[in-house]
Amino acid sequence: MPETELGQQIATGTAVATPDPSSRGGRTTHLRVKGLNVHYGDFHAVADINMDIAPNAVTALIGSSGCGKSTFLRSLNRMHELIPGARTEGLVELDGQDIYAPDVDPVLVRRKIGMVFQSPNPFPTMSIYDNVAAGIKLNGSRISRSELDGVVEWALKGASLWDEVKDRLKGPGAGLSGGQQQRLCIARAIAVQPEVILMDEPASALDPIATQAIEDLLLELKKDYTIVIVTHNMQQAARASDYTAFFNVGPDGPPGRLIEFDTTQKIFGAPSNEQTAAYVTGRFG
Amino acid sequence: MSTAEPSDKIALTGGSRRDRMRRMGDQVFSGLALGSGVLILVALSGVALFLLIQGWPALTADPSQIPGGDGFVNYVAPLAFGTILSSAIAVLVGIPMAIAVSLFIVFYAPKRIAQTLGAFVDLLAAIPSIVYGLWGVAVLGPAMVGLQGWLEGHLGFLPFFKGPVTTTGRTMFTAGLVLGVMILPIVSAVTREVFSQTPRKLIEGALALGATRWEMIRMTVLPFGRSAIVGASMLGLGRALGETMAVALILSISGDVTFNLISAGNPSTIAANIALKFPESSGLAVDVLIASGLALFAITLVVNMAARSVIARAERGAR
Repeated sequence: MPETELGQQIATGTAVATPDPSSRGGRTTHLRVKGLNVHYGDFHAVADINMDIAPNAVTALIGSSGCGKSTFLRSLNRMHELIPGARTEGLVELDGQDIYAPDVDPVLVRRKIGMVFQSPNPFPTMSIYDNVAAGIKLNGSRISRSELDGVVEWALKGASLWDEVKDRLKGPGAGLSGGQQQRLCIARAIAVQPEVILMDEPASALDPIATQAIEDLLLELKKDYTIVIVTHNMQQAARASDYTAFFNVGPDGPPGRLIEFDTTQKIFGAPSNEQTAAYVTGRFG
Repeated sequence: MSTAEPSDKIALTGGSRRDRMRRMGDQVFSGLALGSGVLILVALSGVALFLLIQGWPALTADPSQIPGGDGFVNYVAPLAFGTILSSAIAVLVGIPMAIAVSLFIVFYAPKRIAQTLGAFVDLLAAIPSIVYGLWGVAVLGPAMVGLQGWLEGHLGFLPFFKGPVTTTGRTMFTAGLVLGVMILPIVSAVTREVFSQTPRKLIEGALALGATRWEMIRMTVLPFGRSAIVGASMLGLGRALGETMAVALILSISGDVTFNLISAGNPSTIAANIALKFPESSGLAVDVLIASGLALFAITLVVNMAARSVIARAERGAR
């Protein structure tokens, strides 16, 4: 991993398990969202999002279906632009650099801000090894075979998959179980050494044991990465995240708005907004 | 709705007349489907049988009686060579072009342009082949003379471009290009359909890794569409092998067996040879033409079977 200022702070123990936004001290905020609006053609999907996403922490996005949390997540690495007619206003800053600035290449944004999807999507024609190596070999990068071997092993270890697949790296990625495939996709994402990993309901297609493995992995991954995760599972958000953002649509429907954003303890323990309280206690949504 | 009365046993026999009629419909449909399948086999073997019976005299005749006087094999070999050569050029030119067009339509073009362009490509298939032939003779051939001269000058060390260049443009090179354009619509239609079926989650997975659009296509779309590309190529190759009128019009035929694509001396193709010779043939000469048709039939069959085994092997490798 690149030795960043942040990494050193983690190593020296300045970070606490559940950091408090007010006591973040001198740490930089990796991802900062200011006045973000996303439109698809005439459809206003999310409105006026302001959010400072803490580095080396897990931020969970919760809210009922259609509240714009997935659109918001995808707007953080410009994946929503795949949908024709997508338009964005406002700022998303990665270490102070606006990822929507005219001269910014979305391809490079996505190398710094990776993504893991709802249903595992390993490349079906590739082996386990090639799946992990797929991102590294992109954009004309030259890397020696032994270096590549090292990165693949490191990424698979990082995704807690190495011990299960080290004897069949040449086997097809599609031959793994659902939970293993999802961890393969996480290995593929971290192999390119991003700053931020976005996860769109990464465990919703998995059984409880595989889900547990992913949640354990989140705790490991946040030592090195900033993680933003969309989840429909309240317990998952409560267990695995440090911060929680609650999204909801108004009484007139979209756009979705950020209703409350705070530490997970606060959101689930003593939410300050009535809608948030109703949602996390299961009274609606 | 009333709830069912509890009865002693569940009814498995009987059933209304209408139920049985519905099952009858199933049987009729299954019979029709079976019949269609059998009809294809009958038609195919009927054609093969016709070619074999009508061509038999030519296969067994004394070699000196066959046109050319060297026996049937020596008669048909140059034609088979010309057939395969022109089709190979068509495949080399037409298939990459068709795949490029499909990729452009599915992944690059704005929606409105994509639809219009797709319709135009499909329209290429509606042009009669004789019109392609006329276009090749009158327009493309003369227009290609300059390019063929350049090829002779710069790549003349290759046997394909040895020259001398003919000024009519009625060469194997031109014929192959026209055939390439002719197979483009069928190959493009099949590949376009398959490319657009590429699972969205794979496309997103590649792009989320920081792949450019072309890298995404190489990682997901082309592997996903691989067997369709091979299958579509075989459809195109089949059309090119059997194409008659365009080749008959364009090629200036000498009967030479040569890889030289740009000179005036070109081998004919089996189909073009039949079309050109049939009106003036009688007796054994007709049998010879029919037997050459049998040879074309065999070539197409072998190519198709080879393609199928290639696809089967590729599929097994992918798993």
